[in-house]
Amino acid sequence: MVVKVARVQKTNPLPAVEQTEEEKMSVKKYLRGEAADLGELQDKKLKGQLAVREELYGKSAQAAAQAEKWLMPSEGGYLEVEGIEKTWRIKQDAIAAEVDILSLRKQFDIVLPDFGPYTLDFSLSGRYMIAAGKKGHMALLDMKNMDLIKEFQVRETVRDVVFLHNQKLFAAAQKKYVYMYSDNGTEMHCLKDHGAVTKLQFLNKHFLLTSINKLGQLHYQDITTGEMIGNYRTGLGRTDTMEVNPYNNVIGVGHSGGTVSMWKPTSAAPLVKMLCHQGPVTAMAFHANGHLMATAGMERKIKLWDLRKFEVLQTFPGTTKSMQFSQKGLLAAATGGSFVQVFGDLSGSQEYSRYMGHSIAKGYQIRKVQFRPYEDVLAIGHSQGWSSILIPGSGEPNFDTWVANPFETRKQRNEKEVRSLLDKLPPETIMLDPSKIGSVKPAMKKKGPTKQDIEAEKEAAIEDAKKTKLKKKTKGRSKPSKVTKKKQEAIMRAKKPFLEKQEEKVKKRKRVEEENQLPMSLQRFARKVPAS
Amino acid sequence: MKVKVISRSTDEFTRERSQDLQRVFRNFDPTLRTQEKAVEYVRALNAAKLDKIFARPFIGAMDGHIDAVSAMAKNPANLKWLFSGSMDGDIRLWDLATRQTVCQFPGHQGAVRGLTASADGRVLVSCGTDSTVRLWNVPLPSHAQDDSSDNEAKPLATYVWKSAFWGVDHQENGELFATAGAQVDIWNHNRSQPINTFEWGKDTAISVRFNPGEPNVLATSGSDRSITIYDLRLSSPARKIIMQTKTNSIAWNPMEPMNFTALNVQEKRKSVFYTWVGALLFTYGLRLDFVLYNLLHVSSHAALGCWLLTCYLANEDCNCYSYDVRKMNEARCVHRDHVSAVMDIDYSPTGREFVTGSYDRTVRIFQYNGGHSREIYHTKRMQRVFCVKFSNDGSYIISGSDDTNLRLWKAKASEQLGVPEAVSSIAESFACLQLLPRERKNHEYLEAVKNRYKHLPEVKRIVRHRHLPKPIYKAASLRRIMTDAQRKKDERRRAHSAPGSIINKPLRKRRIIKEVE
Repeated sequence: MVVKVARVQKTNPLPAVEQTEEEKMSVKKYLRGEAADLGELQDKKLKGQLAVREELYGKSAQAAAQAEKWLMPSEGGYLEVEGIEKTWRIKQDAIAAEVDILSLRKQFDIVLPDFGPYTLDFSLSGRYMIAAGKKGHMALLDMKNMDLIKEFQVRETVRDVVFLHNQKLFAAAQKKYVYMYSDNGTEMHCLKDHGAVTKLQFLNKHFLLTSINKLGQLHYQDITTGEMIGNYRTGLGRTDTMEVNPYNNVIGVGHSGGTVSMWKPTSAAPLVKMLCHQGPVTAMAFHANGHLMATAGMERKIKLWDLRKFEVLQTFPGTTKSMQFSQKGLLAAATGGSFVQVFGDLSGSQEYSRYMGHSIAKGYQIRKVQFRPYEDVLAIGHSQGWSSILIPGSGEPNFDTWVANPFETRKQRNEKEVRSLLDKLPPETIMLDPSKIGSVKPAMKKKGPTKQDIEAEKEAAIEDAKKTKLKKKTKGRSKPSKVTKKKQEAIMRAKKPFLEKQEEKVKKRKRVEEENQLPMSLQRFARKVPAS
Repeated sequence: MKVKVISRSTDEFTRERSQDLQRVFRNFDPTLRTQEKAVEYVRALNAAKLDKIFARPFIGAMDGHIDAVSAMAKNPANLKWLFSGSMDGDIRLWDLATRQTVCQFPGHQGAVRGLTASADGRVLVSCGTDSTVRLWNVPLPSHAQDDSSDNEAKPLATYVWKSAFWGVDHQENGELFATAGAQVDIWNHNRSQPINTFEWGKDTAISVRFNPGEPNVLATSGSDRSITIYDLRLSSPARKIIMQTKTNSIAWNPMEPMNFTALNVQEKRKSVFYTWVGALLFTYGLRLDFVLYNLLHVSSHAALGCWLLTCYLANEDCNCYSYDVRKMNEARCVHRDHVSAVMDIDYSPTGREFVTGSYDRTVRIFQYNGGHSREIYHTKRMQRVFCVKFSNDGSYIISGSDDTNLRLWKAKASEQLGVPEAVSSIAESFACLQLLPRERKNHEYLEAVKNRYKHLPEVKRIVRHRHLPKPIYKAASLRRIMTDAQRKKDERRRAHSAPGSIINKPLRKRRIIKEVE
């Protein structure tokens, strides 16, 4: 029998374990992109400093990946099938039979037939929900305790509703104006500048309330100061599809002409304008990583776009009024009148396929689908109230207390409000690639061909001219003398453009010299070689 | 079919009792916190602005002298105590915490020019223009508090010598101290006469400093614009450079020699040899055998070559020059920004920065390798600064100036000094200032983001901006105009003369006239 003696490593307290594929993936996630290419750098000192920093980044990513299993104890939800079972055939009843009693409470239907169809919004932590019926009914709910916090009637059309930085404030786009309400239903502000708004969005890092109105005007208003940061005419008509790209906070607007335009608050022209559909764009959604966009058009197509290359990745058939990506990348789309389809990237290769489906009672018109953050729940607002269903694997299982905390106390919320106001980003930080901030713009100096290059090119041209074979011709036209003459001419022809260029340069230099002609007495001080 | 959905029970994620801390969960996934860089940039910008708001470097003035403060010395054994001497011969011991005089050392007839304390902090050495060196017994901290009525100390010894003294410095670890005057004298505590005397030329030495790492090496500056390096084991000076202007003060970097300890085995053997030679020297009363001298001469130069010893000079031409002792033909760095003569210089114990006091009524702090100052301190009432010191913990700066006051400054202008712990006296509270761990971490984080985005124009502008007194601002702009004009003139001269006939000397070499070995 062989007795193995465990050797204690003295230098590294953590034993060097062979990395699994999963760990490698999470290290890659924490590295946030490729390392800088230091090969081109001339400055040795800088190169050394940057190399040290890169090494540090690598180490911290490694440490973060290793700490994951202790910091993030919760495991995500999943739905696994055996044999001939298909995930999209599994009904909500079947799921209800399997899950625990706490999760069972998240499956419900609220029937409110009088004021629908309803639109919904969740607070950042997913704890609070606001529901607004088209006919003016608004309700603020605590989804953790299943409490109704406040319910009131505004007695006019409500087109959209959105939470502001926390659940204490929300904005509603009503018949003529946008209103801001506090959590006890008090009207705080009436924002008349926005006009008759069709869709609202809130950029919580910038404290910007964004709206698009019936005239196709895009407004950005800073809610901390009340200042209107931007007011831009899209010029592409009325629309009610506007979404925020969570990765860079660029606003995407879908238009009736089939184009999708992307906007930032500091420029009057769109950053991107892409033709996505043949007919009007009815819905759109952005993936949390910012690389994926889903659009739906009236011509019965749902398209997935790669935003890095602006290319279509996939096309599904179907019309939809509302779409959303979950935190884990599932795509819910309300296809048809009363059917919700959930697509999933099941293979992990950006290939979306059917994952789950849910149909509500015939005749219900779905207005909005919204995933609840940090939960495996999809909320559906429709003409008869709202429903909540379970979609396993849609939510992020581990929340960060400092980012969004579903169990936030009042004190924590107050503190966070102050912190987030201190870290409020200026509107200029919204750009297509936010990782550009803090980086150095590369020198724009154009590199012309060097003297050697020009010389080499000339030589090559001459060689080519020499090599050209002449046709055998009759009547003394292929006499040796004629042939040499022709060859000489060909060489001259090849040389000509180079000589002309040189001549031009000399001429230009002379002209400049003549312009700066010095008086005779000072000419001896003139530089022999003019600077150019 | 297997199904799992996220299900959180409230008990698991909230605290059990109201006395508990709130539970915190972390998830560092980059997709959860978007626009990280923008957030960091905004935090860096805010940190830079807050730094400016909280920049209140002046702590207080210490009033007591009745003439300009001419010399200061730190007490290596006591963080709070500082000695200062003035032009009228008065020497005082200050408690920095209470900003009160602890005791006085009366005796000098003329100006006190040099002050230094022994390594254990028990003996104070002073010298002055009255040609005397005086040794004083420093009272113990407990003793000093007891009899506050009788706070005048008697000298331990008084040695009268031939000519006026300009400076004194004590060995970091040892019995010896050196005075600068008509010549450089090496003294022992127990002898009334110098044990060794060095001279190179006929000119007066102005300042003297022992190397903190190598106890036998000292640097002096002379009125003949020279900087001389001496080795006590040799009978003659080791090397010397002559600059265009006079050097007022010298300071060794306390940390740089450490970088080169124990490079290889050979190195170690050499140091062993040294200790052996040192012992011999002691026993033979510093009478050098010829053979031994030869041995020493060869090896000591080798040793100097392998210790990176850097000395920093405060110069009459408004600049400070840092030198590598191994390579004295050019300065390692030229620290510009003062607009008048620099009078004194002292190093932070970290060796990363130093403080200078100038005749232009300002105190500046430089990075050890920075060409320009990172900080400038001035007040309306502060006159010509004659001496500056970093405190032994590197967090305070003391300046002594013509207006008879000593001033206490923070080394980092916007540093939060923290809340005092529950202590009985003010003096104790001064030593026990502590930041809460969370505060400290926050400061560290803000410092890190500021450092990361310091190259961006907005952050850079805010970090760099300093308000200057009008005369200094004008003098600085005038100097800039003059140097620009000179540079342009040199460029033109070079352009119009034969190539190679005018050699462009870098600034690091320009002020050095010659190097003598």
